[in-house]
Amino acid sequence: MAVFVTVPLRRPARSDEGAENPRVAELEARKEAKYREIRDAEMDREAGKLTDEEWTRVDRELRREAIALLKQLDRVRGGE
Amino acid sequence: MDPDRKRKIRLGVALGTAVLLAAALVYTSFSASTEAKQPSDLLSASADGTYDLTGKVVADSVRRTDDGLRFEIEDRDGSASLPVAYTGAVPDPFREGREVIVTGEMQDGTFVAERDSLVTKCPSKFSDEAEQDPEHVIIDE
Amino acid sequence: MIVLGSACLILALVAALYAVVAALAGARGDRRWADSSRRAVYALAGLLTLAVVIVEAAFLRSDFSFRLVADHSSTTTPTGYKLTAMWSSQGGSLLLWAWVLSLASSAVLFATRGRHREIVPWATAVMMGVGAFFCGLMLFAGPEADPFARLDPAPAEGAGLMPLLRHPAMAMHPPMLYSGYVFFTIPFAFAIGALITRRLDASWIRSTRRFALIAWTFLTIGIVLGARWSYSELGWGGYWAWDPVENASLMPWLVGTAFLHSIMVQERRGMLKVWNVSLIVAAFSLALLGTFLVRSGILDSIHAFGASTVGPPILVLIGCVVLGSVVLIVSRLDDLRPERRLDSAFSREAIFLVNNLLLVGLGAVIFWGTFFPLVSEAITGTRSSVGPPFFNRLATPLAIAAVLFTGIGPLIAWRQMSWRSAWAIVRWPLAVAAVVTVALIAFTDARGEPFALTLFAFAAFALSALVQEFAKGVAARRALAGGSVPGALAAIVSRNRRRYGGYLVHVGIAVLLIGVAGSTSFQTSRDLFLSPGESATVGDYEVTYVEPTQSVSGSEERLTLGAVLDVRRDGEHFTTLRPTRNYYSSRNADPASPVRGFFEGEATSEVGRTDGLGEDFWTAVQPDLTRFDPVIERVDERLAAIGERVEGGDPAAQAQVAALQGAAIRGVANRYADDPPPANFRVNVNPLVTWIWIGWMIALIGALIALWPSAGARGRVREMYAARLARELSRA
Repeated sequence: MAVFVTVPLRRPARSDEGAENPRVAELEARKEAKYREIRDAEMDREAGKLTDEEWTRVDRELRREAIALLKQLDRVRGGE
Repeated sequence: MDPDRKRKIRLGVALGTAVLLAAALVYTSFSASTEAKQPSDLLSASADGTYDLTGKVVADSVRRTDDGLRFEIEDRDGSASLPVAYTGAVPDPFREGREVIVTGEMQDGTFVAERDSLVTKCPSKFSDEAEQDPEHVIIDE
Repeated sequence: MIVLGSACLILALVAALYAVVAALAGARGDRRWADSSRRAVYALAGLLTLAVVIVEAAFLRSDFSFRLVADHSSTTTPTGYKLTAMWSSQGGSLLLWAWVLSLASSAVLFATRGRHREIVPWATAVMMGVGAFFCGLMLFAGPEADPFARLDPAPAEGAGLMPLLRHPAMAMHPPMLYSGYVFFTIPFAFAIGALITRRLDASWIRSTRRFALIAWTFLTIGIVLGARWSYSELGWGGYWAWDPVENASLMPWLVGTAFLHSIMVQERRGMLKVWNVSLIVAAFSLALLGTFLVRSGILDSIHAFGASTVGPPILVLIGCVVLGSVVLIVSRLDDLRPERRLDSAFSREAIFLVNNLLLVGLGAVIFWGTFFPLVSEAITGTRSSVGPPFFNRLATPLAIAAVLFTGIGPLIAWRQMSWRSAWAIVRWPLAVAAVVTVALIAFTDARGEPFALTLFAFAAFALSALVQEFAKGVAARRALAGGSVPGALAAIVSRNRRRYGGYLVHVGIAVLLIGVAGSTSFQTSRDLFLSPGESATVGDYEVTYVEPTQSVSGSEERLTLGAVLDVRRDGEHFTTLRPTRNYYSSRNADPASPVRGFFEGEATSEVGRTDGLGEDFWTAVQPDLTRFDPVIERVDERLAAIGERVEGGDPAAQAQVAALQGAAIRGVANRYADDPPPANFRVNVNPLVTWIWIGWMIALIGALIALWPSAGARGRVREMYAARLARELSRA
């Protein structure tokens, strides 16, 4: 058991191999939530909870926010 | 109105409502709760409201009626006793001479118990345990 | 085997403590320590699995050198109940807690490996801190808490499983509740990690919401199993008694339900951050409190298995959790600021806020009522309690409002909604609710019960609103892709599992509450005292006590006295029911009155019942044995006299005493059948109870749909949106 547990300790210290940047994690979570919001808005329109005009406005806004998130993600990833 | 002030007012209203609701909860629970009494307590004072009556079942007092049981409960020292009308489930250990708790209210000199409220305290087999911990009761559903 | 088990526990404690230390080292930045702590968690899971296997093997082999086995099982216990007897004991249930925690922690650490580099080490430290606490309890809180306590010499026979617990629902009820409690540890630990590292965006929620939903599902299963057990096994005819331990399981359920809703607001809108971390702290503390209440005996309850040694440490843990969390939240208030404000008071997030207040309010009422005996004792000096009427009076309006919100929530759009759209979407549900209400008033007794009537009307609104949601989704799908109605339904559900799974849970809860309202408001209950041959009328039914029944098990361990009841409805035979009452020999009976102890010890009711979609016909019997009192007393006196003479433990004489006692019990049973005294019967007509179990099933199916991983579908959708967004990006 001790061997199993201490395997990682006997590795040489490596810096951030393939690990996720917390900033990326945050943006990914937001992006996913944003996609979900876009999809919900579409379903809300289909179900008649949003009129076509309301949906167009909400959808445009959501997409703008999503694009901003994607740009941020690109920046953060590019900066790594 | 500036938004900061508005927010403070809103917070104040929310807190005030919460405090009011909490006070209402405390008040209701105290008025709905039942105090534990012995027969002599109920005989001496004008007893309005609901109580937990505790005491011993008087020997030879248990009678069966169409809709339940009639029996008398006396103080632990045997000084005063009170007739009880009870309906509902009767725990297995219920016997004359045993200590019981029953919830109800006084009506014309009789303690009218709520349905299923009868609890029989520890019979002899748990007497050691009962001495150590008088709160310990067996609730027989 | 005991030695091996104890060694497992000691190693488990070491592994958990090591995991805490390694995780804290990992939190300072060295990934290797974090990886090592994760491996220690896996090791803990392995060790505790081995410990559970050893205990279960001991139960199967009836190895009475295990104190746990000797106290809770016997050679005559059926195999199935041998396996489930583990958690009827204190040590066994602590082991179960720690084991499930180690499995859940391993699962979450496996799922998040390579992610949340900052949060995970702290979360690991919290989870393993709790794990080490429970391992420590087993090792240091006395033999009651130790699943590997030894009995030397080992007795020849065990005490057997407590009779009340010999029921399938009861066999699964404790592990379900415990698993529910345990799974709240995971989101709690991640919330603490997020607070410490100030990573308070929605990513910790994204990684742990599934665990919160699993916790909720287990709690739902456990609570209703307990209710079902109470309905079929206890002789009073109900499924819920506002017992402290029942309340203890309902409180984290309510707070967890609120949490599952409010995290959606944080995920999408970046609001309610303080509220969410507070809710998960509350849910976890209440889960610990539930564990504490079962094991402490501080409040009188059918579940409180006597005062014990593990109560105070758990209380200290709860205190630390609450205090530490509050300090942490207050120190992080700046990081918990909402990212934006509420757009409109008429939006789904606003509705969620109201539903949260309702659920938490209901939880607070139950909390207050449950602990009122302690409060009143502290203030007035006498312990007084609030009974079911208090809970019913306060919970009823809140539950009615909650039903309304199960329908309103899904109808309202996120962010904002215009009145015009709102009217368009509530039109039909309102019409259905109106028609149902008028019909109920015109044709049923509901007109006399305003609360039940309101609940039925709200439920009609909610159910039709939810059906409309499904119908509109199917219609939109078919307009887009064609296909059959079932095909389209399957398609929309599988593409939006969280959404439609959640709606299905709402349907289930609404149906369940219809059952609760119907059975509490319209129950007919009568207590009858009948001799064989006599009849009585209860509602539309005529009940006749045909004859008594009796049976004694092989070695006089169990005596069953019962009755055959003939039930007629409208003059025609309806059913024949056989309610019974079982009496059990008990090892701790008073030696001075063994036979009396037999009849006044543990007894269980087997309810005689026919279930129907409209109403259940429910009967229980309680024989009146006062007529046999002189006989029992005489036998007890004689046995006591013999007992005194053979004092010293001559096995042959003891066997003879046992045989005499058995003969006396058989004698009572025979006399009961030959010359039956009248018996007490409780006869209930319980309307709509079946819908409680149906609603429960629907809610569970919904929860499973929402839990089911949907990797394929999600990937597709993600790509689709990404492609579309990329197009717009190039235009922007």
